Formats: sequence, structure tokens, C-alpha cells
Amino acid sequence: MNDVLDKLFTFDGTAELLAQPFVRNALLAAALLGLVAGVLAPLIVARGMGFAVHGTSELAFTGGAAALLLGVSVSIGAVAGSVVAGLVFGLLGLRQRERDSVIGVVLAFGLGLGVLLLALYPGRASNKFGLLTGSIVSVDSTNLWVLVVVTALVLMTMAVVYRPLLFASTDPDVAVARGVPVRLLSPLFAVLIALVTALAVPIVGAILVLSVTIIPGAAAARVTASPLVATILAVVIAEVALVGGTILSLAPGLPISGYVATIAFLGYITCRLVGRARGQVRTG
Amino acid sequence: MTGLHTADRREPAAVELRGATVRFGTRTLWEGLDLEIPGGEFVAVLGPNGSGKTTLLRVLLGLQPVTAGEVLVDGRPVRRGGEGIGYIPQQKALAEDVPLRASDLVGLGLDGHHFGLGLRGRRERSRRVDAALAAVGATGYAGSPVGRLSGGEQQRLRVAQALVGDPRVLLCDEPLLSLDLAHQRTVSHLIDERRRTAGTAVLFVTHEINPILPLVDRVLYLVDGRFRFGTPDEVMTSETLSELYRTEVEVLRVRERLVVVGVDDCSHHHDAVVPAGGAATP
Repeated sequence: MNDVLDKLFTFDGTAELLAQPFVRNALLAAALLGLVAGVLAPLIVARGMGFAVHGTSELAFTGGAAALLLGVSVSIGAVAGSVVAGLVFGLLGLRQRERDSVIGVVLAFGLGLGVLLLALYPGRASNKFGLLTGSIVSVDSTNLWVLVVVTALVLMTMAVVYRPLLFASTDPDVAVARGVPVRLLSPLFAVLIALVTALAVPIVGAILVLSVTIIPGAAAARVTASPLVATILAVVIAEVALVGGTILSLAPGLPISGYVATIAFLGYITCRLVGRARGQVRTG
Repeated sequence: MTGLHTADRREPAAVELRGATVRFGTRTLWEGLDLEIPGGEFVAVLGPNGSGKTTLLRVLLGLQPVTAGEVLVDGRPVRRGGEGIGYIPQQKALAEDVPLRASDLVGLGLDGHHFGLGLRGRRERSRRVDAALAAVGATGYAGSPVGRLSGGEQQRLRVAQALVGDPRVLLCDEPLLSLDLAHQRTVSHLIDERRRTAGTAVLFVTHEINPILPLVDRVLYLVDGRFRFGTPDEVMTSETLSELYRTEVEVLRVRERLVVVGVDDCSHHHDAVVPAGGAATP
């Protein structure tokens, strides 16, 4: 038992590792991902798109696996897969039941296809596993540039569409009446999610994309109804989880996803408790 | 344009429809609809389900083009997302977890349809939102999550949300539905006060005219593509409604209430003879 704990929480050599360029790249990547994931998360939660994000990330995995087999960049494969998925889900509109079933169908097929593609891939197994659970060595300087550009693109787009998107996500009937192009915003937001998902897959892995795109938004929603405060809080939680998780994972040499998910989860529990305590004060 | 000509000074009607027609395929919803509603007038829009009441609102919101005719709001052709229009939806409880405070909901009514961050004019924005909240008596819960408020409180916010942009025309789609009597009265009086003080024209779609009868200037009654537009005394008569419905309809005045007898469409609850529970007397 103690052996396991020692293995999980060790800082032997953390300082040396932090000096490594690849580690610095990874930290920078984690910080950028935390920023965009945190900005999108409250709206993902408000729109009830958790399952869609999960489906998108599985399709990013399929795309990545296909790219691995074809010998092209995994990031490009992941982006292609998730954007296709995002567009499909985004065009489905807001009817919950139909959306859920279509996402389930596409997700299952995509995951199966991805597993098959990985099995056909003759290369090293760690590359395969990395897509599912993430790995910090996946971030090289080329990827970092892609990350910087995509982050800037997502943030700029959000700056333009944020208000109508918030309106459409929280008060759709009146938003439509006031002329908000709801039908246009839905696929647009899905593409933004797809881009962020594609960035997240190599770092936290396809399985755990939800830990950075849902948990921070869900946590923030427990303690505040202010869209601005929720966004700031979600960014903080995503940053702490991603950067903190990366640092903790260094010395043990384990996948960062477990650490990231755990920190985010603790953030969520904390917010729930705080929200509940406050709620009792308010009503009692 | 010097303002000396009286003709130039005349304000355009808040809403003007000329020969407006809406057809879906071969079905004509209404045809040749002429309306001129001046600022400050309170118009009730009545009619059975499927008679095109909601479509009329959609036309005025610029969401539904007319097949023929012309639609002007404040003298200009109607367009989607136009500034001159406020909209109050059917009362429908907001989910408890909607991540907005009362002031955010009202703020979205002001500029939620605009793109960009809107960093300029933030002070002016919050001044207008505060004023709109104060006007409906919602200042006390401006910072509360909307999902935790009661139906009546939420509907007050809907009024503030619709009026915060100082619209020339206020469109209401059954805003009193499922509100209790006290809140029905509060909401309709807030709307009434606005049109009196700010000259906002009100189009009020409803199944049930009685709660607003004392406020109504004119009634637009739609049935199967036919319509009548006039004062309640002109339209709400046995003769006119029998003509519209093409069947024997009797309108009774019981104390200060109108009771319509002989309309078999039960979705059309003008109070079927005896109002259920006998409640809604204003």
C-alpha cells in the first residue's frame, strides 16, 4: 500500500524534470488547454452537452488512430475526427432525446473503429495507449504552435459570439425571438468544442477529456450564477487541475490524466460543499 | 424635414400591417390583414389554437416572412432582431440550474443579441438594467439565480427583460398563463403602466381576455383565416363572433366578465360557461 502511495506521490527529480524543455512545453500546453477548456466549460454545462463532448473526444481518438496508421500527424487526425463529430452533433440541434441517441450511435461506432485501427497499427504500444490516457511527451514544439494558434482562434471567436451564445444557451425562446441566429451558433460552438477536444486528447487522453471540459463548468455552476464569475472560476479550476496534474505526474512518470481528473474532481466536490453550505444559509 | 410640416411631425404607427397574408403551402393562415396600432395602444389578440396568433407575433419579430403585403414596425419594414421590439414569452419556469442571475437575464434582453464583448458603455448598460429591475420591483432579487425565483418573480423579470431596451412595441405571448391571480394582476399592470407612461404599443396574445379586459383598447380576433379588429364592445358580441366562427355563438356579460358560449373548441378557454374554480375575476 505504502509502495503504491510512494509511487503515486513522489517528488524525486521533479525539480530536474521541470528544467527539461519537453516538460516546459507540456506545462505550457496544459496552461493553454486550461484556459480554453475553462472558458468553454460553463457553456457546455449550460447547454447540457456533456455527452456530446464525450462523443466528440471518442471521435478525436478514432481520427488520431487513423492518422497513426496512415503515418500522418496524430493531432491532425484528432482534429479531423472531432470536428466531423462536432459538426454532426451541432447540426442535431437541441432536441435532447434524438441528440443523445445519435451521439451514442456515433460514439460506439467511432470507438470500435478506433480500436480496430490501433490493432492494425504495427508501431509501439505506448503511442496507442497515449491517445486514450494522454501523455506529456506528446507535446513537442510543433504541437505547441498548433496549440497557441488554436487557443487564440477559439478565444477570439468566443469574444465575438459569447453574448448571443449565452443568450441562446440559457434562454433559447427569447433569444430566437430577439433574432439570435441560434441555428448558426449551435454548430459553431460544436466546432469550438471539437477544436479544444482535439487539443485535449493528446494531453489528457480521449477518455478523460470530460475532466477538463465538463468538471470545471459543473463545479463553478454549484457556487455562482454569474456567467463572468463562473467562467473565471472554471478557468482557475481547469488550470489548477492541468498544471498541477502535470507537475504531480512528473516524478512518478505516470500518465497525467489520473492526476488531472482527481484534482478537478476534488474541485468539484469542494464547490458542491460550498454551494450547499451557502444554499442552506440562504434558505434557512 | 424642418419639422414645420405637420404631416412630417406625425409619428408613424407603432405597428402597421397592410394586406398582410401568410400562407403555408395551400393553407392560408390569414389574408389581407390591415392593422394600424398607434403607440400606447393595448391590443388583445384572441382566437382558437391554430388561428395564427403566434404566427402574427413571429411576423412582427421578423422570424416569419409574409407571403404578401407589408409589415412596418415604427414606420420601418420589420426585420429580425430589430431594436424597436420587446418580447415576453409564455410563462415557463426557468430550470433551477440556469446559470444566470436576475440582472443577467434582463441584461440579455438589452444586448444579448449583439455580437462582440460589449465592453464599451458598461456603466450605461448596468444603469439601464438597474432601472428596468426597479421598474418591476425586482431590485431586491437582482443578484439571485433566476432558477431559484418563483414563477411570479420570473415573469416580472420577463417584463423587465422585454422593456429594458425601450421598445416601441411590446409583444406578449400569453404571459399570464399559469400565474396565480395576484401575479396576473401585477404583470398586466406593469405592462399597462408602461404603455401609458412610455407610449409603448402592446400586442397581447391570450386565450383569456378577462384578466386584461379593463386594459384593452382594441381586440384582434382571428378564426380560420377570418378576423375582426375593433374595440371589445364591437368585437366581443354574439353577432360578430357568430359571424367569425360561422356558428351560433353567444357572448354574455356576467358582472365585469365576458363569457363565450357555443365555441366547442375546448382548448379555447374563454372560460367555458362557468370558469373553473370561478377564480379569475379581476
